[in-house]
Amino acid sequence: MPQRFRHMLGIEPLSAEQIAFLLDQSKSFQDIQRHPLKKLATLRGKTVALAFFEPSTRTRISFATAAARLGADTMNLQAEVSSLRKGESLLDTVRTLDAMKPDCIVMRHSASGAPEFVAGRLEISMINAGDGTHEHPTQALLDALTIRDRKSALMGLNVTILGDILHSRVARSNLHLLGKFGCRFTLCGPAMWLPRELECLGYPVRRVARAEEALEGADVIIVLRVQQERLHEPALPLEEYILLYQLTPKRLGLARPDALVLHPGPMIRGLEIDPAVADGPQSCVLEQVTNGLAVRMALLFLLIGAASADSEDAADAAH
Amino acid sequence: MRVVEKSQLMSATEVDRTLQRLAHEIVEKSGGTTNLALIGIRRRGVPLARRIAQAMRGIDGVEVPVGTLDITLYRDDLSKVAAQPVLQSSDIAFPVDDKDLILIDDVLYTGRTIRAAMNGLFDLGRPRSIRLCVLIDRGHRELPIEAAFVGRNVQTSDTEIIEVRLNEVDREERVMLVERVS
Repeated sequence: MPQRFRHMLGIEPLSAEQIAFLLDQSKSFQDIQRHPLKKLATLRGKTVALAFFEPSTRTRISFATAAARLGADTMNLQAEVSSLRKGESLLDTVRTLDAMKPDCIVMRHSASGAPEFVAGRLEISMINAGDGTHEHPTQALLDALTIRDRKSALMGLNVTILGDILHSRVARSNLHLLGKFGCRFTLCGPAMWLPRELECLGYPVRRVARAEEALEGADVIIVLRVQQERLHEPALPLEEYILLYQLTPKRLGLARPDALVLHPGPMIRGLEIDPAVADGPQSCVLEQVTNGLAVRMALLFLLIGAASADSEDAADAAH
Repeated sequence: MRVVEKSQLMSATEVDRTLQRLAHEIVEKSGGTTNLALIGIRRRGVPLARRIAQAMRGIDGVEVPVGTLDITLYRDDLSKVAAQPVLQSSDIAFPVDDKDLILIDDVLYTGRTIRAAMNGLFDLGRPRSIRLCVLIDRGHRELPIEAAFVGRNVQTSDTEIIEVRLNEVDREERVMLVERVS
């Protein structure tokens, strides 16, 4: 059943049916990454504005490549060199972009809710590419696509999320997405990074301090990046984190033998993950990157490939 | 918009007989099935391609590869078609390079679907040749495209629509001429 999307602001408001539709559409775009010629003309003449108010390499390149493969042009706003530095407000900056008439804005911002705030004030379609500690919907979709490819279904999996959950929008989006498919969660990390509020989202969530206990019986392990800039609050020596929480082959051995290891990147080898696990057969890290293209192509296609809402459905009257 | 049925163009038996004849024609004109592959255009070209391949097995005893192609990404009228485009998967499990491809669809009308399908095929490789096979050619071309194998030519007016119903998709089998009444 086709679904209509105007924005992609977060996973939380979506239904399982809408998510399944997005994943099915993404599946169709996976094939294109294997074509000898990857460039389509589907969105020729359309423009995607990339407004990244927070540094990002992989997500920005992924969106830019997804747009390019569909034939769309991109305009790029780089926060470091933009007029934000000169004191312009967020809304004025985005309004300026909007006045150049793109068909869609992809936005990352360090403030939770910023994309939604802007989407409510402009007519244009908005894709949230990560906002503060709120959501990172395309990351959760590409994770789900990767898991579904290897496990064939999402229903009822045991998912362990390891690391700095407090500051992670990836963790939140994944909880909402996988939670809607009946997954059970174990959150694990230093106590100061395990917010109690995530137990109140309505999904089966338990918080565990010991990595060994958290990994037992896991079907999927999502390893989060340790944001070193956050380690000072309160102080936790890096060595201690490595000792207690690094995903090592020994710890991975406690999970199910077919458990998958996911990491949203950028991955710091030797810190949150042992190189032997990062490069091992259970690691999906590079599949995640490739699937990110498929998910973002599907979203751009659905958001701006569509006609105006009032056009008649004349699809099958073509002949 | 209302549509009324004007006449039946083909019964189930006639569809079957026509596909048998098309299979024979393709094999005859190609001097066998050696380098052939069939590509069915979604949606109704897909069951037609499968049935023609089955008929060819009866003629030559050879399994001709069948692929399916979704042309959604290659349309030139995407924004006119539907409020929300939906991409179906294409499934062409063999290399198209140097193959003699037969593109199969139910109705040939403006030629735009076929133009889109050819663009799609060229993204996958460089076939040696592409020929077109359709169940019904209803005229009104907007592009210089012709079918090499035609089930039936039908004279139509602009307001008429050809409706092909196939068991696999529609749970009934016949071809009708219907007219749009406003």
